[in-house]
Amino acid sequence: MTGTGSISDIEPRLGYSLRVNGRDHEVDGAWVGDSLLRVLRDRLGLSGSKNACEQGECGSCSVRLDGRLVCSCLVLAATAVGREITTIEGIAPEDGLTDVQDAMVTEGAVQCGFCTPGLVMAIHDLLDRNPAPTALETREAISGNLCRCTGYGRIFAAVDSTVASRRDAAS
Amino acid sequence: MIADTAPAVRERPGRVGESAPRPDGVPKVRGEFAYSSDLYAEGMLWGATVRSTQVHARVRSVDVSAAWATPGVRAVITASDVPGSAHYGLDSDDQPVFAAGVVRHVGEPIAAIAADRPETARLAASRVVVDYEPLAPLLDPEESLTAEPIHPNGNVFRHLPIRKGDPDAVGDVVVEGTYTTGMQDQAFLGPESGLAIPDDDGGGVELFISTQWLHIDRDQVAACLGLPPDKVRLTLSGVGGAFGAREDISLQVHVCLLALVTARPVKMVYSREESFLGHVHRHPARMWYRHHATHDGVLVKVEARLLLDGGAYLSSSHHVLGNAASFAVGPYRVPNVVIDSWNVRTNNPPCGAMRGFGVVQACFGHESQMDKLARALGRDPVELRLMNALGPGDTGVTGQRITGTLPMAEVIARTAALPMPPDLDDEPPMLALPGGAGRTADRARVVRGVGFAANYKNLMYAEGFDDFSTARCRIEHGVVTIDCACAEVGQGFVTIALQIAREVLRIDEVVLAPANTAEVGSAGSTSASRQTWMSGGAVEAACTAARDRVLAEVAGRVGLPVSDLDLRGDRVVSRDGRIDLTMTEAIEGLVVDEVREFHHARTHPFDEHGQGDAHVSFAGAAHRAVVDVDLDLGLVRVVQIATAQDVGRALNPLSVGGQIEGGVAQGLGLALMEEILVDDGRIRNASFTDYLVPTALDAPEVVWSLIEEPEPGAPFGAKGVGEPPVVSSTPAIVSAIRAATGLDLTRVPVRPEDLALGGREHGL
Repeated sequence: MTGTGSISDIEPRLGYSLRVNGRDHEVDGAWVGDSLLRVLRDRLGLSGSKNACEQGECGSCSVRLDGRLVCSCLVLAATAVGREITTIEGIAPEDGLTDVQDAMVTEGAVQCGFCTPGLVMAIHDLLDRNPAPTALETREAISGNLCRCTGYGRIFAAVDSTVASRRDAAS
Repeated sequence: MIADTAPAVRERPGRVGESAPRPDGVPKVRGEFAYSSDLYAEGMLWGATVRSTQVHARVRSVDVSAAWATPGVRAVITASDVPGSAHYGLDSDDQPVFAAGVVRHVGEPIAAIAADRPETARLAASRVVVDYEPLAPLLDPEESLTAEPIHPNGNVFRHLPIRKGDPDAVGDVVVEGTYTTGMQDQAFLGPESGLAIPDDDGGGVELFISTQWLHIDRDQVAACLGLPPDKVRLTLSGVGGAFGAREDISLQVHVCLLALVTARPVKMVYSREESFLGHVHRHPARMWYRHHATHDGVLVKVEARLLLDGGAYLSSSHHVLGNAASFAVGPYRVPNVVIDSWNVRTNNPPCGAMRGFGVVQACFGHESQMDKLARALGRDPVELRLMNALGPGDTGVTGQRITGTLPMAEVIARTAALPMPPDLDDEPPMLALPGGAGRTADRARVVRGVGFAANYKNLMYAEGFDDFSTARCRIEHGVVTIDCACAEVGQGFVTIALQIAREVLRIDEVVLAPANTAEVGSAGSTSASRQTWMSGGAVEAACTAARDRVLAEVAGRVGLPVSDLDLRGDRVVSRDGRIDLTMTEAIEGLVVDEVREFHHARTHPFDEHGQGDAHVSFAGAAHRAVVDVDLDLGLVRVVQIATAQDVGRALNPLSVGGQIEGGVAQGLGLALMEEILVDDGRIRNASFTDYLVPTALDAPEVVWSLIEEPEPGAPFGAKGVGEPPVVSSTPAIVSAIRAATGLDLTRVPVRPEDLALGGREHGL
């Protein structure tokens, strides 16, 4: 009998460069099977993308890959070479917040906060595609991001208040 | 050496009663808040755990040679390497640090590995060869009562009989039912993880950890390591949710021992699958009830038998049962009670604390019965609950008189009066139908139902336990710092603590230090809806002492008695007008250090009839659910939950709302989708693909109303608010599905097949 977590081999190892948040990062000696999430977190020290399920169900690890929202746990890091990777660390101004981030704090949409970076990425992605989503469109867009603390109500409120403040700014 | 730990919290102002934003909100939305899985130390190793693949087996041998031979492995430890106590546990040391001789459930730890890289540690773990001799598994909790013991401490964790009034009393109308609840998982998002750093001399260890109670972890870890408690220092890292699953030890001893053995920092992070194996769950329950009432609907007697499956080890099962029994009939006056309840050991996964703590299971039973009784009497179910509602001066089933506030009638009436949602459109968008995206539902086969349920629950620990909290208020260099070891797991204590400190001290700038075991005494557990009251009370007491000290110093400087000083708003003024300072000015140059312990009113154990003043205080809530049910597919959409909650006083209304909405979602999960499927002792759905947690599409509209009757003895009158939302939302939803379908529905979660196939049998 064997224990849990069986993998057959940890070789070969690779070296490559990833472009993250507008900067090139060298990755040395990575296991070929490493996900983008693991490389971001364990090798590049970018721990804002979270590791809650590592099978693409919870959205905590959401990043943008050439502008598309993806679960970084489902992307092989080695396949992200030459692509533009944007993480939670790359969206806000230094010491500042995006409007979505600000609304999440103000509306009480953060409790334990583990899902929050992924939700912030997903809400930005939604509002980039659809500046005025209906309530159901919002629900569908963030239904790939599990939150266990809030029951989502304050998160919907944060989306609504961001939409309203963008509309006010535009008019 | 540590890249970052939970940072000291500095906040924008906000006093008691205001919806102050979370002080940790900004780092959390920026992705900068360091959870235990984010920690890093120079030269650190990665740990992995070898777990039992057997339900119940004798361990003939554990061969670690192949694991040791894996390049990059630095340590392999088993039971024989544990220097101190070989066992730990919250109530009794019945759980082994590593199984030796016998394994009692799948996933029980057998060995741990430390290696240079996480994938190396996992590979080495897979190379540990355990030779098992299978033993007959004990999987049925009813059999457990009479079966051969599977542990030296026996199989029955607790039998609690409750006898009140006349056991032979008989009502005019009698309804009977049997109910079951499934095994629910806390499913916090942040996996179990920690970073242990050995002292340079090897004589101690520092642990950065996600937990609900730092000091009880420290005491258990120190005992297992054979170290004095002061040689084991715990600091709370960022905690990604808890809900009861972090009350017990998981990897704490393993990671500290690996660090001491290797003389290197060691980090461990569980995978999601391992998390399902590595923490306790909500007890599955089987419950039989018989309710007696007069023709007029007055409850006469309740008979009940409750059986909870505690799994392989005790954890908090003793007290979960105490709660299930104490609240077995719900928030109603019942003069005559005959209840027997048991919590037993099996070879199923261990169960313990989860939000609601035994009351959730009982509530599904008693609220199903109240609906059944209303039908038998031909009465409105809300009216039936109102006429039997418990209140101050009444006694619960354990004979304890309600001496504080408990406005149950108001809770029930106000919930029933909250606005209803609009009817379902004739042609609604697909996402608004049961099942949401990707399902096909026929609008003509969707029916709506409305259901109702109520609960009350104790706050704080019970049965004589003094679960005090400690806080420290330091003033130096014009800076106010609060130390409290209360574990912030997401609930918002960091916000409340600062609001209370600002309120008492009349100073906006207050710093809350990271929670740890080195600077301050125990805060008790972040559970039982207790921290706002207990640690909030400790912070209030420490800050009041510090404020009094400041006033004495200010008065002393000018030779005035302190009684000549008044606080007016944020100013300290003397009656003669010589002193007129802001509190911020008053603390300049002062050094103050005040520590206070806060204790609640004493409680008592039950007597042999289950009678006694076992609880400190109570809080209630009611839920009205509106659901749409697809009769063909058996899918349910919860359209709205309306709830009024007895909160004492809302110290932060926004935060209370978050607890209500979050609790409702977990109650919805238990009603409709969340169940750990255990098949011959093995968890079949240990992932978020197969264990379904409510998503944004499942979330109902939640309409809430807070009932504020300040509770005597509580800081600012505030009751804990975290648990009542989860307790009766589950039976309210099931009640609504029954109303829509006419089906009996005696188990949760309600599965699509229960509705689609059950409905077919009933000609729906």
